Amino acid sequence: MDIKSVPQDNSETYANMKKAIYATGEDGKMQTVGSSGWDVEEIATKAALEEIEESIRVAYEEVKTGRKSPLYYHMYDARMDLLVLAQSTGFFQWTIKRHFKPEVFQKLSEKKLLEYCEVLGKTVDELKTIPKERDEQF
Amino acid sequence: MNSFEHTHHAHCESGVVSSMLRHYGVNLSEPMVFGLANALNFAYIPFVKIGGMPLVAYRSMPKSIIKNIRKNLKIEMKLETFSSKEKGEKRLDELLEEGKIVGAQSSVYWLEYFPKEIRFHFNAHNLLIYKRNGDEYFISDPVFDKSVTCSRESLTKARFAKGVMAPKGLLYYPVSVPKEHDLRPIIAGNIKKSAKTMLNTPVPIAGLRGMRYLAKSILKLESKERKYAKLFLGHIVRMQEEIGTGGAGFRFMYASFLQEASELFDNDPVLAEASKLMLNVGDEWREFALMIAKSIKSKNPIDYRAISEKLMRISENEAKVYRKMLEFKANV
Repeated sequence: MDIKSVPQDNSETYANMKKAIYATGEDGKMQTVGSSGWDVEEIATKAALEEIEESIRVAYEEVKTGRKSPLYYHMYDARMDLLVLAQSTGFFQWTIKRHFKPEVFQKLSEKKLLEYCEVLGKTVDELKTIPKERDEQF
Repeated sequence: MNSFEHTHHAHCESGVVSSMLRHYGVNLSEPMVFGLANALNFAYIPFVKIGGMPLVAYRSMPKSIIKNIRKNLKIEMKLETFSSKEKGEKRLDELLEEGKIVGAQSSVYWLEYFPKEIRFHFNAHNLLIYKRNGDEYFISDPVFDKSVTCSRESLTKARFAKGVMAPKGLLYYPVSVPKEHDLRPIIAGNIKKSAKTMLNTPVPIAGLRGMRYLAKSILKLESKERKYAKLFLGHIVRMQEEIGTGGAGFRFMYASFLQEASELFDNDPVLAEASKLMLNVGDEWREFALMIAKSIKSKNPIDYRAISEKLMRISENEAKVYRKMLEFKANV
């Protein structure tokens, strides 16, 4: 790729940042050029972000209707899934799944709650509730 | 330590090492660091999941650049991890007080200066800390075009994120850096080694075999749910472009390394040719990404066969680059 072909697509997902791309200059030497975005990459990033957003939306409804504990929502809201939450807390996946049950979650010890708070970046009060309304993030 | 100068790089780990060495008077470009660390690779590991998707990597393991540079350039580098946040914070402040610039491993998700759009749970990000003012840290993050600042709270959270590849507060800094290096023997050795690794990987999940394995897996997406297939294909593109590879999954950066290497060997024609071939392969990787993006957006059925065949062709053309690299005879 030569430097004139480096895409400058002003991608939303770059958030006004520039990325350094290696390309060939006029003298034939390779150098870095700041790129403001590439549509191809933006499509891929947005597909992933939409998938995350969809998981959060579904989780929010599940918690709001009382089928799942608030932990379920906060996991997705922190862009995690069951695997990442298990790896971060050190709890087994099946243990966490139990904590998704509202009646089990209500009786959780302070110690376990604090472990979740630590990896999710929440206070105990925040962890026990969900926001009244949620805005679309993207 | 105000003399420190931020430089914009493509990739975090090679960028940090390049900036750090330059600060200590050793001028090595990012592609040179990448090549000297033997960092080019390919891996497709379906049983290791990242964000619910199989691991696809275009380079060697995280931290291998720091470790290989230390070994190959005989740099005395200290790596420290910490048992508690308090100890980790204290040590960082001490090192900055001594006037050192300090490399750190961190999570991306907890760094407040990252835009929300790219804050994912990836624990092997690298950045350089060069100054502190109260609870504010001045950071040279290689993938940003300007230097940034970060609060103590956010930085500590990011340095002590838990989970896979947890940084455990890792800090690293050189203790002594030899000023004179004859890079040529290292380059000659690495070029052979990289080419052989890519051509003759003993396991089917890495090197060119990894690419062919991925190509076959793309064919199998036909029987999977369309939504999953799209996310999987998008994931390949993200690993190739989104995460700061300098374009085409480090292939452009490696072409730049081969060009520099050619110059160091009196404009060696074999290496110059290998650089050109690698540049072309990089263009093909970008065509591959474009094919995927089009099929993700389109409502029409996805042509998995065409995407898979494209990747097969790329693996054949990359093989030609590595065979060219093996023709290189160094007079050192």
